[in-house]
Amino acid sequence: MSLCGPDVGEFREDEAMDFTFNAQEEAFRKEVEDFINNELPADWVEKNTYWPAGYGTLAQFEELSPQVEQFTRRLAEKGWLAISWPKEYGGAGLSHTEQAIFHERMSYYRAPAGEVATLIGGPTVMLFGSEEMKKEWLPKIARGEIRFWLAYSEPNAGSDLSSIQTRAIEDGDDLIINGQKIWGTAAHVSHYAWMAVRTDPMAPPHKGISLVIVDNTSPGVTIRPLMNICGSYSFNEVFFDNVRVPKKNVVGEMNKGWYYLMVALDFERIVIPIGSFRRTFEEIVQYARETKHNGQVLSRQLLIRNKLVNIAIQIEIAYMFFWRTAWMLDRGLVPNIEASLLKLFTTELSQKLANTGMQVMGHYGQLESTSKWASLQGRVCLGYLDCISALVGAGTSEIQRNIIAMRGLGLPPK
Amino acid sequence: MDLGLSEEQEMLKKSARDFLQRECPKKLVRQLDESDEGYSSELWRKMAELGWMGLAFPEEYGGSGRNFLDLAILLEEMGYNIVPSPFFSTVVLAGLTILAAGSEEQKMEFLPKIASGEMILSFALTEPTASYDAASVKTKAVARNGEYVIKGTKLFVLNANVADYILCVARTRKTKDPEDGITVFLVDARSHGLKCTLLKTLARDKQCEVVFDDVTVLEKSIVGKRDEGWPIVKAILQKAAVAKCAEMVGGAQAALDMAVNYAKERVQFGRPIGSFQAIQHYCANMAMDVGGSRFVTYKAAWRVSEGLPAALDAAIAKAWVGEAYGRVTLLAHQIFGAIGFTMDHDIHLYYRQAKAAEIIFGGADFHRAIVARELGL
Repeated sequence: MSLCGPDVGEFREDEAMDFTFNAQEEAFRKEVEDFINNELPADWVEKNTYWPAGYGTLAQFEELSPQVEQFTRRLAEKGWLAISWPKEYGGAGLSHTEQAIFHERMSYYRAPAGEVATLIGGPTVMLFGSEEMKKEWLPKIARGEIRFWLAYSEPNAGSDLSSIQTRAIEDGDDLIINGQKIWGTAAHVSHYAWMAVRTDPMAPPHKGISLVIVDNTSPGVTIRPLMNICGSYSFNEVFFDNVRVPKKNVVGEMNKGWYYLMVALDFERIVIPIGSFRRTFEEIVQYARETKHNGQVLSRQLLIRNKLVNIAIQIEIAYMFFWRTAWMLDRGLVPNIEASLLKLFTTELSQKLANTGMQVMGHYGQLESTSKWASLQGRVCLGYLDCISALVGAGTSEIQRNIIAMRGLGLPPK
Repeated sequence: MDLGLSEEQEMLKKSARDFLQRECPKKLVRQLDESDEGYSSELWRKMAELGWMGLAFPEEYGGSGRNFLDLAILLEEMGYNIVPSPFFSTVVLAGLTILAAGSEEQKMEFLPKIASGEMILSFALTEPTASYDAASVKTKAVARNGEYVIKGTKLFVLNANVADYILCVARTRKTKDPEDGITVFLVDARSHGLKCTLLKTLARDKQCEVVFDDVTVLEKSIVGKRDEGWPIVKAILQKAAVAKCAEMVGGAQAALDMAVNYAKERVQFGRPIGSFQAIQHYCANMAMDVGGSRFVTYKAAWRVSEGLPAALDAAIAKAWVGEAYGRVTLLAHQIFGAIGFTMDHDIHLYYRQAKAAEIIFGGADFHRAIVARELGL
């Protein structure tokens, strides 16, 4: 076993390690940077309260229209809203490394760069959907006209996702859905549920699940936003009471949903807001440079320097996991363990960053953005709350460790 | 961007892994740890035959013209297996110093003999203050009749006990700037007045006290220029830190592999302990440390190899990997339980290595201070 190291079959001739971008990658990076400078409102990066890897303020992206709407339209025109898609489906057809460069730059500016429909729904439909389904959904998604929310978790199916109970029963050309979903991020500002339902209760848990696209406006759908600890409506509980959905909205084959869901995880692997870590860190460093305590700026105080450097080092390591994962995907290698390491490492870093920010700022760290005394737009105060979600959403830290241990290191399940 | 090893590097890695598994079993490691010499001349000769000592030297000096990154990859495998030998001091500390700063005559005299395994070298920098700053160099070299007379005590000097030559960092002039007035000398280890005493250490590596009691050397034994030795030392410390990280990455990988294999086999409560989440999560944490360490190390090694400024990346790597290796071996110990606490078991060899490697060339705090400086804090 060679963890994160080169695997068998990776032998390459005439190639050598190189940590710099090649000319094409460099040019693309500049193109992204120019695009952001031209299209993103100048005060966006200041105003946006997004905390690295947090979920708490995500829905605000959608609420902050029409600015977001306009930026999203321009992204769509570039083909960058569906950046990971092949060109034939209206995407940009870029390499994983280029996608990683895109996400790094976008997240550095806290810019919206895709959601469930573009990152998960679209690519899954592309792989497993019928021609009819592709024609119906992909163009709308690529143009940024519709948004999906992820309807996976239920009150009694969190980490144990395959135990979902929301039931879909066949009735002629339709499915009739009954049950409840929860933690659907931005469901209240989206258009369709990308939903996992149980279609065969007699089969083993993994083999009786189907994926289906459900219109939010269908009769019987009730969406109740839940307020999170940041004080925002980001996620929802959603009730399905005899909701009728055309069978043509089922993705691929019935009862193969779990498999599609696992494959779809691949698409999210480099959608890590890596740049936002660097951005937020730079802002905290700037604060430490400008703020004096006992006649000395904080950045010259040994213990503060030590805390900041610890974060800087870990951001560098997170970047290494990030680029390495993209590099592996480009070579057709499956970065099972690397992707989990990337997720685990960055989310835990999100909490360390928040705590360090609070410690550097001291009393001022606890002020919300509305205070005239607030620094850094109160983002560290908010981030200290938001970072809690990073280790829970999209597979808890514990689930990531299970994956690394069992799938990566081959430890036995029992 | 290309983050993989080349085919040549893959082959180097694999052949080193196979060779060491065969030629340097843990039984030999223990014997050498217990011995005074700390290396096997037979293994040393075979390593030289494989071209390891001259790997990063140009062909005109008897080397194979590979680069620092290749050397780092070899060191990763040496760390994986543990190879008690004066390789690090001879090749990295002394060899790369002579290659970078030595005169043509010195290069012709020493490098081919290092490459062929005929010559063992050591590098005497640290003194009883045990730190890596220029002000700590108190050992004096006084010019007298075209010669220099060295007086002082060097401490924690690796493999001086078996060295043919010792590179000695001494003060030749005292000015306000401690970095000014330092000179590097090549000293014959058999010189009159030179006394070497082996220290008993945690990792059983062969660190020595070396007393220079009016040791006389010729002017031509100066490496680089008189009084201008500190930049040479600084440069080699950076390379040494990165090279040590490579060794640590290998060692951490070995500790992880050993612990995972054990967790799969050891049965308690009727099931392998590796099926318990507590153990699985330990292993995941270890994997995270090994993976993170490997790529910051490769990045730093690549920068050194390419001749790019590497102060920040080297310091990031040494600060992180040093502590990460310690965490990995500690968790490995926890997984092995009582059997890991026995002298017969191998894991403690890595636990010892981890601490020695963390300390040498500056610990985590030392390197974090450099990172702070490099970030302009």
